[in-house]
This record gives sequence, structure tokens and C-alpha cells, in this order.
Amino acid sequence: MISTSLIQSTAEILMDKAAIEIPQDYLDGLTQAADAEDGDLSSFVLQAMLENYAVAKEDRRAMCGDTGTPRWYVKMGNETQIEGGPIALENALRLATANATVNVPLRPNRVHPLWRTDHNNNVGIGAPEIEYGFEPGGEWLDLTTVHKGGLFGTDYRMLFPSDGIEGIKRFYLDSLVAFGKRGLACQPAIIGIGLGGTKDSCMVLGKRAACLRIVGDRNPDPKIAALEDEFKELGNSIGMGAMGFVGKSMVIDCNIEVGYCHTGGMQMSVHAFCLSSRRAVARIYADGQVEYRTDPDWFTPYQRRESVTWETQESSAKSA
Amino acid sequence: MGNAGKLRKVRLSTTPSAEALADLRLGDIVYLDGLIYTAREGVYMRALEESANIPMELPQQSAANFHCSPAATINSDGTFTLGAVTATASFRFAKWLPEWLAKSGAKLVIGKGGMSSQDYKDYFVPNGAIYLSTVGYGTGALLGRGVKSVKEVHWHEELGIAQAMWVLECENMGPFIVESDSKGNSLFERENAKIAENLHKVYEGTRPATLKRFGETDDRTDEVIG
Ligand code: SF4
Repeated sequence: MISTSLIQSTAEILMDKAAIEIPQDYLDGLTQAADAEDGDLSSFVLQAMLENYAVAKEDRRAMCGDTGTPRWYVKMGNETQIEGGPIALENALRLATANATVNVPLRPNRVHPLWRTDHNNNVGIGAPEIEYGFEPGGEWLDLTTVHKGGLFGTDYRMLFPSDGIEGIKRFYLDSLVAFGKRGLACQPAIIGIGLGGTKDSCMVLGKRAACLRIVGDRNPDPKIAALEDEFKELGNSIGMGAMGFVGKSMVIDCNIEVGYCHTGGMQMSVHAFCLSSRRAVARIYADGQVEYRTDPDWFTPYQRRESVTWETQESSAKSA
Repeated sequence: MGNAGKLRKVRLSTTPSAEALADLRLGDIVYLDGLIYTAREGVYMRALEESANIPMELPQQSAANFHCSPAATINSDGTFTLGAVTATASFRFAKWLPEWLAKSGAKLVIGKGGMSSQDYKDYFVPNGAIYLSTVGYGTGALLGRGVKSVKEVHWHEELGIAQAMWVLECENMGPFIVESDSKGNSLFERENAKIAENLHKVYEGTRPATLKRFGETDDRTDEVIG
């Protein structure tokens, strides 16, 4: 049984870590990009960013003044039990979000779409988003918070099978060029691409590809992995760098996730996880132990399963 | 690695002289000293559409309008805790800026993404104003360090923390980059034009979507904003 108070205190630490500490995988990626960048203005921007991450950690202040939209991904093992049940869990995450907004401090970004009501705590109707995933076996809870920035850099398009890879490439480039001008997407970014599913699940896949997979990770399907490499290259060959200045660092990495779609369509979404690629993860075990990390490790074989039912290791061993 | 050291670095007052402004070149890196205030749609609507009295002496106290809402808290004892400071995209405020520049006497508009050179020529130049962009946009911690103190927060009850008018005392706050000069040229547009030359090559081997969308343009030198 995992206690609600531990969930809340862990979640508050995660909010703080996400806002202040740039994940190592993104930092390594950006450092490489800074070394390779040859545009004078773009170089200056990347150097300033590297300095900014260091200052954020030193001063324990948020790396970016724009908090983006903090959200939660909750994953649990099949045997996990939570004190007070799912309602208590959601209370704890909403409380942690509100408390961290005051304590870090974070910018209270979330307002009512029409009345612009601001609770000054990043909590409101549907905010923060809380999404769930499950894994076979295990008695643990993974909490991931993502503070994704950016009103810009995300787009969706209904493509068709006849559009093919050429159509996918076109929409990919269009998204990067459109939002990259003047650096509105705050590139270089981790670009997530969702292919297939339905309009809503395609958006979810692309967003998770950007936010829940780390730099250097590759899709287990070798052909999709090759496409990820190709798209990273392609994005960096546009001739545009940070802030839309002449340069070659647009894409720190490109991650693609797919879902089965309607036979007539080929949905595509593009998401940019910006210069402040903020994510933090903790695993809470039933005995109260907590481990912090920065890799959400969301896309397990179970999350990408194709089969009708999931055979656990033991049952497949038995049936074999 | 590019030669970032080649860029010129300038310290500038937030009530700058006309000469200091005329001396700035596109791409100069600027660090600010003095008071700056945040003003975005909330402040513009209140000051211009509702004609509320602006609670500061402008531009004597500050001629630097920052398009920003800081990551900050107003404590129960009335003090402020300020963390990171990041600009927000300016093109959305074009509607109010002509009147605001005339009324506030702002000489420095600081934000994200700049405006069009047409905007600069139409109402920045006549008001003697230039545009400074924050760098990378995400450099909130660096800029936060440049804020020595929060002098005042106006209209936070009426507008909320994010839209309130924050008056910040700055020392060597930066980096900012000169996006428009005294003639109304735009650094972003200059860069866009250079990048556009190469774009047709990047697009080789791609094809337009079968299903078009309203308002679609195939001219990638166009911008989708504005
Ligand atoms: S897109 Fe990211 S780096 Fe840019 S302002 Fe928003 S949160 Fe900050």
C-alpha cells in the first residue's frame, strides 16, 4: 500500500526538479548541438542556454519563467495499491501542483479559456492533466511530471496512405519551418511525431513521443528507428537554428510513435518539446522507498503491444 | 562552433537616450540597467480600452515595456518572491502597441519573437522605439538573476499575477538581442530571407498533402503568424 502523503511529498519534489534541473539526456544533446553549431547568433543563443541551465541549478530557480502546462503521467504495476484509492491520488497530485506553484515559484499559467480566471496555482478545470498507464506485474507507482512549454510547435494533419513518406516529410518540414521562424517553438527541441491512431490518440502519441522518450532513444521497429534518424538529419539541414537564426540546430532528437489507424487514413501530429524540456520521474515502492530519475520509460513493450491479450512471462512459459 | 564572441555587447539604460538607441545595430547583445515594467494584454486593455490611470510615471521612471509575466509569488506579508523571468510572444499585442507607445513613451519593447518590420516602421520608428528580444527565450533563470528587486506590483488584484504590471529593478539584466534598429529593420526578417534561399532544396522529395486546408499557402517565405 502506497501512502498518499508520500505521493504528495514526492510529487512536490518532482515539480521542483522538473522546473529547475534540465534532464541530462537533453543537456548532452544540446551541448553537442552547441559544439556543432556554426552560426554566430545561433551559437550565442545556445551558449546562453547552457549558462541558463547552470544558473537555474545554482540559484534553485526555474530555468524558464514560462511554466508551460504542468501535467502528470501516472503508471502503476498491476499489483499496486494506493491508500485512499484513485481519488486520493488525484488530490495529492493537484495539491502538489498548487503548492509547488507557490513554493518554487512557478508562473501560474492556467486560466479559464473564456473568463481568464486564474487561481494562481496552475490548478483548475482539467488542469493539471493526469494520464494513466499500467504495467503487468510489480507493486510500484511511477510519477512523471512534464512541464511542456509552447503555444507553438504543435500541429495535426489528416494525411492519407497515398501521401506516403513524402507527405509525412512535407508536413514535418512545414511544422518546423512555420514554428521555427523567429524561434517561436523555442528550438532546438525534441520533436515527437505521432502517426496513426485517431485524431485524439494521434495527438497523444506525438506528445508522448516528445515528452516521454529521451534523447538517443530509438523505436524498437528498425524501420521507424531509421526514419527517426533521417528526420533528425532533415530537420537540422533546414539551415535554421535557435531563435530562427541561420544555423543548423533545430532538432535535438526526433521520436516517432505509431498506433493502428483507420484503413483509409494516416493521421500525423508533430510536437516540439522546447529548450526547457522539463520532465522528472520518481518510482515509489510499496515499502516507501523512492527512486528519482529523468527517463519516464513509458513506452514499454506492453504500451506498444499489438496482440489481443498480453501473455505474462509465466503464462507464456507455461503455454510453450 | 560559431563565433559568438564576435557579437557586440552593450550596457543600456531603461530610459535610454536617443543617441544610445541610434547607435544600436541588429544582433547587438544588450544588458539593461534601471526599472522595467511588464505590460501585456491585461495592462493594455485596462489602460487603453478602460482608460484606467497608469499607476507609474511613464516614461520618466521607465521606458522599457517587457512582454512578460514572471514566475513569482506575492507572499502573505506583501513581499514578493521572484524566480525566473521569460518573455511572451509579442506579435499578439500589435493591436494595442501603436496607442501604447504614444501614451507610455516606451523606447524599448522587450519580448519574444519580435514584430514585423512593417510594425516597426509604422509606429516604432515614429515613437523612437526599438525592439529587444530575449535570447533563446528560455533564459528565464539568467534574466531572473538580473532582477535586483521587485519595486511594485500594480493591478494584481484586478488582473491576476500573470497579467499584473510588475515593476522590476534591473542591474546588468540580459542577454537581450537587438531585433529592430532605429530605421525599423528586423533581424528576424533578415535571417528568414537568408534561410529561405535554401528551403527549396530541403523540400526536395516531399509532396503536398492530398487534402488541402483553407488558407493554405505554398510560399514558405510567408509567415503563418500575424
Ligand atoms: S517554449 Fe519552452 S523555453 Fe520557450 S518560453 Fe515556453 S517553456 Fe520557455
